[in-house]
Order: sequence, then structure tokens, then C-alpha cells
Amino acid sequence: MEESYFFKGELDLVLTNIETIPGKNIQKHFGLVMGSTIRAKHLGRDIMANIKNIFGGELKGYTELLHESRVQSTERMIEQAREMGANAVVNVRYTTSSVAQGASEILAYGTAVLTD
Amino acid sequence: MGQLLFFLVLIACGFFVGNLLEQRHYKAIKGRERQDFQRPCLASLKNPVGLNCSKAELVSGNVVIAVDYFKRLLFGFRNLFGGEIKSYASLVDRARREAIIRMKDSAPSADYFINVKVETSSISKGARGTITAVEMMAYGTAIWSNK
Repeated sequence: MEESYFFKGELDLVLTNIETIPGKNIQKHFGLVMGSTIRAKHLGRDIMANIKNIFGGELKGYTELLHESRVQSTERMIEQAREMGANAVVNVRYTTSSVAQGASEILAYGTAVLTD
Repeated sequence: MGQLLFFLVLIACGFFVGNLLEQRHYKAIKGRERQDFQRPCLASLKNPVGLNCSKAELVSGNVVIAVDYFKRLLFGFRNLFGGEIKSYASLVDRARREAIIRMKDSAPSADYFINVKVETSSISKGARGTITAVEMMAYGTAIWSNK
């Protein structure tokens, strides 16, 4: 278990967004793993955001909301990788798409691998 | 008359407060970038320290920034005639730089950041009656070299 800078906690899996893990050899490729979440914003945050929309500036509630949902989709991806028996996920990518008005889907995907 | 006054107040708020906040944000961004320039963000996939690397890990930083009322008004005029929307350029620029700074700050002990990607998404696509904001997320692989 090592401290993860992405989750701000412990993580037993290695994540990178390059094709390899520096200093380690990849022994087996398991294939694509992905995790996604669809989130809607809530009303309280929206009222604050409307006020902020007059003055401009950062919407902290939204920043947190999107970070939380990225963490969740990454966790789901990691769960899938664990089931395959992988100990690392390489080439991790994120995409965002809006499914409906006010709701967006956040997808994380990568290649699950086994390293030595 | 009351409505017109309200409108003018909104424009004034957007113009003065919005500009002030933006200038303050830019000053902060420039200061933090200068402080941290020795840890470069690279767009390349290659690890600059080669085999001399002890650890690699995914890091990310994100920010959502809303546009002010005055700039939205300018955008409305621009939409009639077409052309470059300069008022939105600064919004996107500072959101992107802020996201990269936050990514770097999330791993204070890392030496390099490679394959840095910046992803953009808009909140509610600027539809009528909704908020206009842009989200930037920067992510990459942090590299720790053996010293």
C-alpha cells in the first residue's frame, strides 16, 4: 500500500497515463477496463453558481463535485482491474460528455496490466 | 425603469468586480507558476530521467470557473456579428493554467510531470437561463527520480 496523490489515500494499484510503468516490466496485458458515473448538480449548488455567474470566479462546489465523480469513476475502473487480477492500469484517460441537460457522464478507461 | 436599473447594476457588478477578480487571479497564477517553474510539465510520453526513476503515478487537478455578467453580454453582441470572442479567451486561459498548477501542487515531491493532458468541458453548454462556466482538468504522470 502506497499513498496515492490522486485519491489522497492508500492505493495498492499503480495508475499512469503513459504506456509503461517506469522501472517495471509489464508481464501480461488483460485489456480494457473502464468505469463511469453520471452526476447531476444539486439545487443549493446551483443557486450559489447563479450568483457567482454575475461576478465571475471559481465555482468551488462544482470543482469538488467533478473531482468526486472522477474519483468514483476511477474507483470503478480499479475495481474492474482487480477482478481481472491486475496490479496496475496504464494509459488511463478521462472523458466527459453531457447526457442530459444538467447531467454529465464522466468516464475513466485504461489498460489493465500485470507487472513484476 | 426598475428593470433597466437592475440590468445596469448587473453590468456594473460584472465589469468592476469581475475585472478585479480576474486581475487578482492572474496575479496569483503568475506568482505560483514562477515559484514552481523548476518542475516542468511535459507533453511527451518519454520519461526524461530514463531508468533513474523511483516512482510514477497518476495525478490530476481541476477547476470550474464561471464567466461574469459583463462578459456574457459582450459574448451576446459577438454572437450577432461573429468573430473572435476575446472576453472568453482569458477565462479559458486562466482556468487551464490554474488546473495545471493544482495538478503540480497535488504532488509536491514529484520531479517531473509527463504526458500532461488538459481536458475541457462546459457546464450546461451555455444554454439560456443556466450558468456559463468552463471546467478544465489537467492530468498526467508524476515522476520521482532517484537522487
